[in-house]
Amino acid sequence: MTSMTTIPTSSSAPLTNALRSRRLPVWALVAIGVAAAVLAVLLFKVAGLMDGGWVLTLVGAVLIFLIGLSVISSVVEGRRAARNRVATSLIYSAFVLALVPLVSVVITLLNKGRTRLDGTFFNNSMRNITAFDSGGGAYHAIVGTLEQAGIATLITVPLGVAGAIYIVEYGRGRLANTIRFFVDVMTGIPSIVAGLFILAFWVLIVSPHLSSTHQPFNSGFAAALALFVLMLPTVTRSTEEMLRLVPASLREGSFALGIAKWKTIMRIVIPTALPGIVTGIMLAVARAAGETAPVLLVAGGTPNRNFNPFEGNQESLSVYIYDQAAAATKYGPPRAWTAALTLVALVLLLTVVAKLLSRRTKLNQK
Amino acid sequence: MAKRIEAVGVTAYYGAFKAIDGISMVIEPKSVTALIGPSGCGKSTFLRSINRMHEVLPGARVEGKLTIDSQDIYARDVDVTAVRRTIGMVFQRPNPFPTMSIYDNVVAGLRLGGVRRKSLLDDACEKALRAANLWNEVHTRLNRPGAGLSGGQQQRLCIARAIAVEPQVVLMDEPCSALDPISTLAIEDLISELKNQYTIIIVTHNMQQAARVSDRTAFFSIDKTGDPGRLIEYAETAKIFTNPSVKKTEDYITGRFG
Repeated sequence: MTSMTTIPTSSSAPLTNALRSRRLPVWALVAIGVAAAVLAVLLFKVAGLMDGGWVLTLVGAVLIFLIGLSVISSVVEGRRAARNRVATSLIYSAFVLALVPLVSVVITLLNKGRTRLDGTFFNNSMRNITAFDSGGGAYHAIVGTLEQAGIATLITVPLGVAGAIYIVEYGRGRLANTIRFFVDVMTGIPSIVAGLFILAFWVLIVSPHLSSTHQPFNSGFAAALALFVLMLPTVTRSTEEMLRLVPASLREGSFALGIAKWKTIMRIVIPTALPGIVTGIMLAVARAAGETAPVLLVAGGTPNRNFNPFEGNQESLSVYIYDQAAAATKYGPPRAWTAALTLVALVLLLTVVAKLLSRRTKLNQK
Repeated sequence: MAKRIEAVGVTAYYGAFKAIDGISMVIEPKSVTALIGPSGCGKSTFLRSINRMHEVLPGARVEGKLTIDSQDIYARDVDVTAVRRTIGMVFQRPNPFPTMSIYDNVVAGLRLGGVRRKSLLDDACEKALRAANLWNEVHTRLNRPGAGLSGGQQQRLCIARAIAVEPQVVLMDEPCSALDPISTLAIEDLISELKNQYTIIIVTHNMQQAARVSDRTAFFSIDKTGDPGRLIEYAETAKIFTNPSVKKTEDYITGRFG
């Protein structure tokens, strides 16, 4: 033992390593949480402060927990650690808060939609069934939604992706900027305006020329056109963003191999951006499948089966929900809930399938 | 196979900015030519104008005359893709196509150029990977993603991809600057082998590397920032590094500036 090993420290303070500090044990966190909960229940439920309901009690508990944690943590661990703890707790609280509506929607849908989740619902239309009759179904509405959203997607995807390719890969100067500006403007179009546009343009002006009686007529196709107007800017914009994310070095690498520009775009750039492009398309499809106003305007809705999207009124799930929810009988609202559940499940299914298809399956396998 | 490249008064612009001014030099076939010089002196710009990659950037253009075996690269009726097929390029950072397997990466140039026959592609893939000294490391996992290889392997994959289309000239833009010393050594060995078949032009910031791999060295420099880059001296590598005839070259290679 030489004097080298006993480095004198400052007076009476205990020897502390500068890199270590005291930490609150896990049980202390749990204890603060339990104490906050008990305190909140005592304050709001037992003492009845501010007519305390459960939501208020919960919010109070979280607030008391945050205050208690910051005080105790700053005493034990120091200020920086206390701020870290409070910020972490706030972020977790925000996460839970954000989940509440989502979980609530799913639970409500499953709960209320379950009553009419039967064979009749998926195999029947509403023909000859009034709001005062039991039975009835959304077969015609499911087919209508699939046809309208399907046709809209078929028109939108090639045009939207092509537009994005033009803006990112070919467009230079004023024209490309103008197009990008108007795509942005179109993103903000209210859906009812898109519906009115198709009503004025397609239903009232074009469709009389297509019928033998020269009378304007509604159709699922007109609804698909309105949905196309709504989907196009979303698809173009998201595809544009995804194409911009593809590194320029990949394009250069391809050009340097003597690969032509359009082939570089089709075989290198698009596949690289594909998962993102598909996500954008599915967001647009989900939005279109849930649109009510334009479909109501130009497809009209009907209780009957009409599988021909090019002629006559057609139902969609969202219009069906609107109709049934408005019926003040004991049969209408359950039908609306089940239709809502069906719509959400349909969109979820389509999204999952699209995601699976766009995955780089060939490369992810061993 | 390998071809001679001749530049006469090549001047390149980025919009209004003149990046290089009046570069004239002759690059001999089946040799390694190194381009050295301080940052921003136009080495890469000159390299990229040789296979018409310079004009990919908006507003970029090239003046002067560049010929490959006395064919003008910038003539009006020249097909850009044919030029790039003849003059391949390897970039500073490895850029394998992320959606493609190792195999698909190597044959990308051929396949997207219209070659469909599986046997041809298989042969070309093996040949290119062997030439890039990568075959032994990857031949059991050709269907795995190219992006899953290490940095050095990725760069050799990019070299394999470049030589799979059988170019006559290979341009390398600082091919080792993102790699560790061992991978760098592997690539330098590869360059020495490739020069038996190809004309190679390499841009490098590493003067030892230029001295090790090249037959001839060109020194580029600028007077000050914003001025166009100029070719200061171009001679046998041994002469540049032992007995340069221009003072500025000597200052640069002895580390007095740059």
